[in-house]
Amino acid sequence: MVDRRYHSVRLDKGRCKGCTVCLKRCPTDAIRVRGGRAHIIDERCIDCGECIRVCSYHAKYAQTDPLASINGFKYKIALPAPSLYGQFKKLISPSQVLEGLLKMGFDDVFEVAQGADIVTRAIRERMRSMDKERLPVISSACPAITRLIQVRFPELIPHIIDIRQPMELAAMVAKREFCQKHGAAPEEVGCFFITPCAAKVTAIRNPIGHENSSVDGAISMLEIYGLLASQMKSYTRGVSLSKATAYGVGWANNGGESQAVSPENSMAVDGIENVIRVLEEIENNKLQDLVFFEGSACTGGCVGGPLTFENSYVARGAIRVLMKGCDLTHPDDKVNASYLNKYSIRTDKPIHSNSALRLDEDVVEAMRKMEQMDEIVKSLPGYDCGSCGSPTCRTFAEDIVRGYCDRMDCIHILKDQLKIMAQRMVELAKTTRR
Amino acid sequence: MEEIALVDTYQVRPGDFRTAGEAAASIKRKLKQLGINSAVLRRISVASYEAELNLIIHSFGGSLTMEMTPVELRLYSRDIGPGIADVDKAMEEGYSTASEEARDLGFGAGMGLPNMRRNADAFRIQSKVGKGTTIEMCFALQPAAEGSR
Repeated sequence: MVDRRYHSVRLDKGRCKGCTVCLKRCPTDAIRVRGGRAHIIDERCIDCGECIRVCSYHAKYAQTDPLASINGFKYKIALPAPSLYGQFKKLISPSQVLEGLLKMGFDDVFEVAQGADIVTRAIRERMRSMDKERLPVISSACPAITRLIQVRFPELIPHIIDIRQPMELAAMVAKREFCQKHGAAPEEVGCFFITPCAAKVTAIRNPIGHENSSVDGAISMLEIYGLLASQMKSYTRGVSLSKATAYGVGWANNGGESQAVSPENSMAVDGIENVIRVLEEIENNKLQDLVFFEGSACTGGCVGGPLTFENSYVARGAIRVLMKGCDLTHPDDKVNASYLNKYSIRTDKPIHSNSALRLDEDVVEAMRKMEQMDEIVKSLPGYDCGSCGSPTCRTFAEDIVRGYCDRMDCIHILKDQLKIMAQRMVELAKTTRR
Repeated sequence: MEEIALVDTYQVRPGDFRTAGEAAASIKRKLKQLGINSAVLRRISVASYEAELNLIIHSFGGSLTMEMTPVELRLYSRDIGPGIADVDKAMEEGYSTASEEARDLGFGAGMGLPNMRRNADAFRIQSKVGKGTTIEMCFALQPAAEGSR
């Protein structure tokens, strides 16, 4: 199942016009336009979904599991991300969403917000015995940020918290409890995460920090939105299905996790470019007092995921209102301590740095290439226009050095060369006329 | 093996907080592309950032130079004044002569030079009032053998 090269973010070649919009927005320079179409460099892509968001032609998409894939299991459990609650205005309680999911054909539901409660308590306990050198602790909740760190900030890898994500805990607990209650075999039970983004899909197929995911599939919020909304209309206000605290639900918004984990000396930053700026500060030791850092690739946090329906600011507000009606007990007092021992809550595999940005495995060779790059950059116009198909003049120089393109791919250099040729032609014409 | 050295110089203008950190960021970006060991890279990042900020806050203008060979990286901070009257005092943690403007921006904690010395494998400072200051920092790039650090 695990495919180390798997990416959820895909390109629909038929729709791509070969423009430069996604090229300019990719935070890891993972896109090139070649032959009139975009290409994603797999080794660099972190599945943040920026390109999905900005593409006017919807040529970028997130590969998710179709709803019908739940039928591959005898028993199906839905694991709604807390951000799903933010998709519905005037939601009375999370139970309304959970009931809707059951009506859609799931045999059971387990809130990822409840997984977030467990993770909250686990992170707090873990941080009590944390080396000072590993501060600030960096949240692992947003898989795109973890991958960003692997590619662009490898020296910050030791700061990433070694606790699994809420959806993993939700799947583990949901599956075990379901099997106990109904006498089912674990392989008969499928746990499906209702996802707001591509990064989580990749995190399931190709987990970071542990070998296999406990989640069996990921279904896009956008795919089920209509069906779920219609199932929710006939809400009975019967038994409350929701067990998560307001803190767990709050993880839907950027800042929710830090509020639950470390209200003092924490910082929550949303939007991948903003996250990059703060990671630079952390890297330069500029944020000495910071204890916990929560970065979300998407604006607003998970509510701003590329697979959500509602505007992220509206969803943010909806989550805040909903939290007021939830159990306000802190997860420390709510989550049973036995959860922390019963389940493999810690990650057990090291997170490796991703060397996709390296010019060469060999330092001397890399230096030589850097020297050539610097030389080429001097001869480029510095417009960073992207017309060559590389995002900036500097990456273009890099691509030349790596042997992927040629100086003449720069339309400005080409224009100058053509001008010289044209002049020569004119001169040649003059001499032959004589 | 053929000798190869990368040299990169960045001019730093006094008082120009708009560009603060750009030279250090550029050095850092390059070192990442070169695949420098991440622990060393972080020390170089911190030291180069401090050096750049010092040039902006204290100097009449100067430059930051990175000289790299496969085994070591040297960082030079050179300025044209004003020079430090008491270098020993300046090296003390918490001692600062930063202007009110710089302090308002959150600088001037008196940790710049001590941080540079702490992060570099070798550190040398020379200064003469009326002439300028030169700082030389050296970082070993070949990671020490396993377990010896």
